Amino acid sequence: MKNTTSGKTGKKTVAASIMGGFGVLLFIVVFFFSVSTGSVGFSFTDVVRVLAGYLLGLGDTGDIPESLVTIIINVRLPRVILSALAGAALSISGAAMQGLLKNPLADGSTLGITSGGALGAVISIAAGFNLPFFPNLGLVFMSILFSFLSLILILTLTYKIDYNLSNQTIILNGVIFSMLASSITSLIVSLSGNNLKQVVFWTMGSFSGRGWSYVVLMLPFFVAGAVPLLFLSRELDAFSLGEEQAEYIGVNTKKVKLLILILVSVLTGVSVAVSGTIGFVGLVIPHMTRFIAGPNHKKLLPVSALFGAGFLMATDLLSRTILSPAELPIGVVTSLIGAILFIYIFYSRTGVKG
Amino acid sequence: MLKIEGLSVKIGRKKIVDNVSFDLKEHDIFIVMGPNGAGKTTLFKAIMGTIPHSGKVFLDKTDIKTINKKELAKSIGVLTQKHQPRYAHTVYDVVSLGRYAYQNSIFSSLDKEDRTIIDEALKITGIYSIKNQSVLTLSGGELQRTFLAQLFAQNPRILILDEPANNLDLKYQIAIFDIIKEWVKGKNRAVLAAVHDLNTAYSYGNKALLLNEGKVYAKGSVDEVLARDNLRDVYKVDVVDWMQNLLKHWE
Repeated sequence: MKNTTSGKTGKKTVAASIMGGFGVLLFIVVFFFSVSTGSVGFSFTDVVRVLAGYLLGLGDTGDIPESLVTIIINVRLPRVILSALAGAALSISGAAMQGLLKNPLADGSTLGITSGGALGAVISIAAGFNLPFFPNLGLVFMSILFSFLSLILILTLTYKIDYNLSNQTIILNGVIFSMLASSITSLIVSLSGNNLKQVVFWTMGSFSGRGWSYVVLMLPFFVAGAVPLLFLSRELDAFSLGEEQAEYIGVNTKKVKLLILILVSVLTGVSVAVSGTIGFVGLVIPHMTRFIAGPNHKKLLPVSALFGAGFLMATDLLSRTILSPAELPIGVVTSLIGAILFIYIFYSRTGVKG
Repeated sequence: MLKIEGLSVKIGRKKIVDNVSFDLKEHDIFIVMGPNGAGKTTLFKAIMGTIPHSGKVFLDKTDIKTINKKELAKSIGVLTQKHQPRYAHTVYDVVSLGRYAYQNSIFSSLDKEDRTIIDEALKITGIYSIKNQSVLTLSGGELQRTFLAQLFAQNPRILILDEPANNLDLKYQIAIFDIIKEWVKGKNRAVLAAVHDLNTAYSYGNKALLLNEGKVYAKGSVDEVLARDNLRDVYKVDVVDWMQNLLKHWE
């Protein structure tokens, strides 16, 4: 099986760029499709014209009714952008966790971080904790804080039982913690007298009715979490060979690990705050991306972000059109797809590794 | 070059490494021997500070705890015993990570010098032809040589090798130790190696330390330490009898 030559690397790079180009193209198509499709349908040309006219001041949109322009600009566009941001955030943080812990099953949902974040968000709503002038900012902070605390708690417990952080132990701890956090969330929601709809939001996720204010709220946290992670790709490569090995080649593992955990919490926490818990995106997307972009994080992180964004835009589209006019919680769709793939990954891994 | 003073590691109530001290000097190939569970791997981890321990380690009179990780990696490199890759990195990817400590730019691309050193490391260890292969497809020996190549790419002054000949064919066992024997003659270099095979210890080591249940049973020159009585006490086998029987087979 040693037929690999340097010629193959060249072919691989070309194949990778083709796949990358394909990914970008797919992203653009999904984007326009998501903006144009819904209870009121638009043609692609109308969407392009409205976007060009409104955002760039190009062309004339006088023949398109004002109410339809409003739907595109103030309803569809922010929702689609928000779902893309959340998809990118969840996928990057999933990929980073999988590298850091050298565990392909690690992800916000399997480790229970998203449930922890949701608990934080619900507590802040129930307690009316908020910052003046910035609606929902307190919610985001609480969600990030709880995501981080959950992560630390789960990892500490797992290290105590099993120093190697093996698949089974860490996932088991994550599931137990996730159930605990979800039940406390439900308890708080029922005690605070809010209706059941909100529980569904936090446990299943939704982008329903999300406007520009949420995009503005999420964007700075997304940038603050994602950009530093891209610069840590070499360290993540080292961690994905094992923490001890990473330390021996010169990585300050304690410091870098803490930093990565914080960045992951920021990305996961802010996603939970704006869209509830959306499971399995961070598990499935990086896993599939690894087949295309390879395991090196310099490529894996950005390509995962792109695919994650496209994936969540598409699933959101599915969730709001499939039972139209009713909306399906987006987490139902992602979990359905994700759970099946999770089982596949888990069994194919165990099958190979024995 | 490396001074170890009173190193101890406790896990629970059990002392895995108990008050170990020794000096590693320039050009030494210092062999650590001992039966399974004697504490060799734990000793190396304690020297590098990756597990909680008491006692001190000095690198050229500087406390190792005060040296930053990148600088430390340029001075000391470690080859661990077990490698279990999870992702499909290529051999080249893994070896190139050996250059981590030398890369300063945040974009961390490999420059020409890095690439020359990596190619050299791939060639020395005989894995140049499989450099684009995924590490998940490698045999145990190929994997061992990949991480050895990473160590050469890291280019430290002191090598700490935990059973470097593990999984290697005889040809590569000999080749690796020949390379190391030549390498250590360079200025300011030394090797600390845990070795199972007595013959390897005799042929390549100049100093040795015999560990038994975490304690130093003997240390000094290889001939003194690996004396018949010492080996019988620690390994509970008369090694000399056994070797002589083996030799008869070959004659």
